[in-house]
Amino acid sequence: MSILVNKDTRVLVQGLTGREGRFHAEQMIKYGTKIVAGVTPGKGGQEVLGVPVYDTVSEAVANHQIDASIVFVPAAAAADAALEAAHAGVPLVVLITEGIPTLDMVAAVKEIKDLGVRLIGGNCPGLISAEETKIGIMPGHVFKKGRVGLISRSGTLTYEAAAALSNSGLGNTTTVGIGGDPIIGTTFKDLLPLFNEDPETEAVVVIGEIGGSDEEEAAAWVKEHMKKPVVGFIGGRSAPKGKRMGHAGAIIMGDVGTPESKLKAFAEAGIPVADTIDEIVELVKKALS
Amino acid sequence: MKLHEFQAKEILAKYGVPVPPGKVAYTPEEAERIAKDYGKLVVIKAQVHVGGRGKAGGVKLAKPEESREVAGKILGMDIKGLTVKKVLVAEAVDIAKEYYAGLIIDRSSQRVVLMVSKEGGVDIEEVARTNPKAIVKYAIDPHKGLRPFEAREVVKKAGLEGNLNRLASAIVKLYNAFVGSDASLAEINPLVVTEQGEIIAADAKIDLDDNALFRHPDLAKLREVEAEHPLEIEASNYGFAYVKLDGDVGIIGNGAGLVMYTLDLVNRAGGKPANFLDIGGGAKADVVYNAVKLVAKDPDVKGIFINIFGGITRADEVAKGVIKALEEGLVKVPVVMRVAGTAEEEAKKLLEGKPIYLYPNSLEAAKAIVTMVGGAK
Repeated sequence: MSILVNKDTRVLVQGLTGREGRFHAEQMIKYGTKIVAGVTPGKGGQEVLGVPVYDTVSEAVANHQIDASIVFVPAAAAADAALEAAHAGVPLVVLITEGIPTLDMVAAVKEIKDLGVRLIGGNCPGLISAEETKIGIMPGHVFKKGRVGLISRSGTLTYEAAAALSNSGLGNTTTVGIGGDPIIGTTFKDLLPLFNEDPETEAVVVIGEIGGSDEEEAAAWVKEHMKKPVVGFIGGRSAPKGKRMGHAGAIIMGDVGTPESKLKAFAEAGIPVADTIDEIVELVKKALS
Repeated sequence: MKLHEFQAKEILAKYGVPVPPGKVAYTPEEAERIAKDYGKLVVIKAQVHVGGRGKAGGVKLAKPEESREVAGKILGMDIKGLTVKKVLVAEAVDIAKEYYAGLIIDRSSQRVVLMVSKEGGVDIEEVARTNPKAIVKYAIDPHKGLRPFEAREVVKKAGLEGNLNRLASAIVKLYNAFVGSDASLAEINPLVVTEQGEIIAADAKIDLDDNALFRHPDLAKLREVEAEHPLEIEASNYGFAYVKLDGDVGIIGNGAGLVMYTLDLVNRAGGKPANFLDIGGGAKADVVYNAVKLVAKDPDVKGIFINIFGGITRADEVAKGVIKALEEGLVKVPVVMRVAGTAEEEAKKLLEGKPIYLYPNSLEAAKAIVTMVGGAK
């Protein structure tokens, strides 16, 4: 078991004929992901990596059963591509693209949610159910099947945490990189209920960072509803105010988004917070013993 | 990207928000000429990308005959580390009431949120702290936009006095300007009702969404590179996410989250980072070489910590780039590295015997570099 995706999930790649799309599609296929179709407007009829390419998502959906779409379309057209997938009835859209205009996301996130479609990202590494399927750009080999769910706003740090969990023998169920942008389709608190119900997930690690109040909202949910142990981590605790630290969303504005506020919320919800990646493993072990 | 007040007002005027007549001057003589053209009381305002200009003495009223002297005092002034190079000379406004109207992108509601307050002309963050009820907030449906009736309701709820239709109209136009220029923040503070009952934006602030500048080439041109740190300009030419900080440990890593974590570790070890530098995903040796060159060039840097977790980025490519920079003699300070993940073994082999301190663990590496730059501060 896992959340959202498993070995049977059939995947569409939007932007399959582009450099990024092709490279990562190949990596995903190697991992075992079932990629059934691709879409690039104007390139319909081609075949890439043995996968048929269509001009539109609705044509792809008419010819294949599609459970999820992963979007590698350039920033200027990325929100439109995600909307196209949602309108064609794809139930899960994973938006990898970085640098999407924020107001495009404000409009797209609302419309996609209104359609009842789940959007992950943008500016995210995607998601992976260890040793089953990866719908993303993470290095698959560091994820070993196991007991811990992982949600993160970061990319590399997630891989590092997943590797540490795998090496310790705890292993991962599903890992979701929700993205580093200010407006994203799915936040921590949207995923915690899914992990709460997943029989294989025994504990959840939440890797937050400065900026916004998603961590605070997640902590409030954990306090009220979570049946499983949660371990937290906050990146950027030493970052200066008002400076954008790589991620568009990692910025402290006035009193909002400070590490103090996030640490306080975690403490109030009884969520232990790791100071280092190694400590994440120790805290999860402790919580599960 | 931050805009100056005069640039923000130009955008607002384009969308029909009334602003006081004003022009930019770079010398006291120019300021005087502009003031004499208006022939009445003017306000001379420093144009720098920082708040609190008024408190710092960067905003002054002047009669046309005083304008040269007043502008001369403001030009060249240092406000929070920035030198004033230009001033806005604008007709002074006959203030009866001062209000606040602003728009931000609110992450929690995932919408553009309108904020209106009776408490204008003061720091709105201060109002939010001391009297939050004085700010009325309204989340706008992105597909419908802000309609006049919604603006009227917010104006009434906030208790603004003055011509209701004109106030609401100015706020709707502010929203149109926000969306039309892809802003991340737009505010009018104060939104003035004059003694004659006119509505006018006496001061304005607009921040633009960097991600959307590609569709506003006219606005993208307004970027002032001289206001940025020279190393930040060079880094942006290389395509790095880079932030200059005030410590002495140079930091390079792959992925924003990992770099932030690395800064935290150096701080934990008692050190102070000199920068944030993310080489991004899938970086090849030449990209890493440029990153090392850039950080080594910073005179504040007394040691460099390179933290890599190989994923799409291969650790051996990183090692090659670092070695090239070292062999060219570009680095005069100690270098501590920690590599893990994809191609870790290959990287370690390449780095064997090189003048690099290699650590298996990020925290140990952080402690080592802090010791090398002279210990905890």
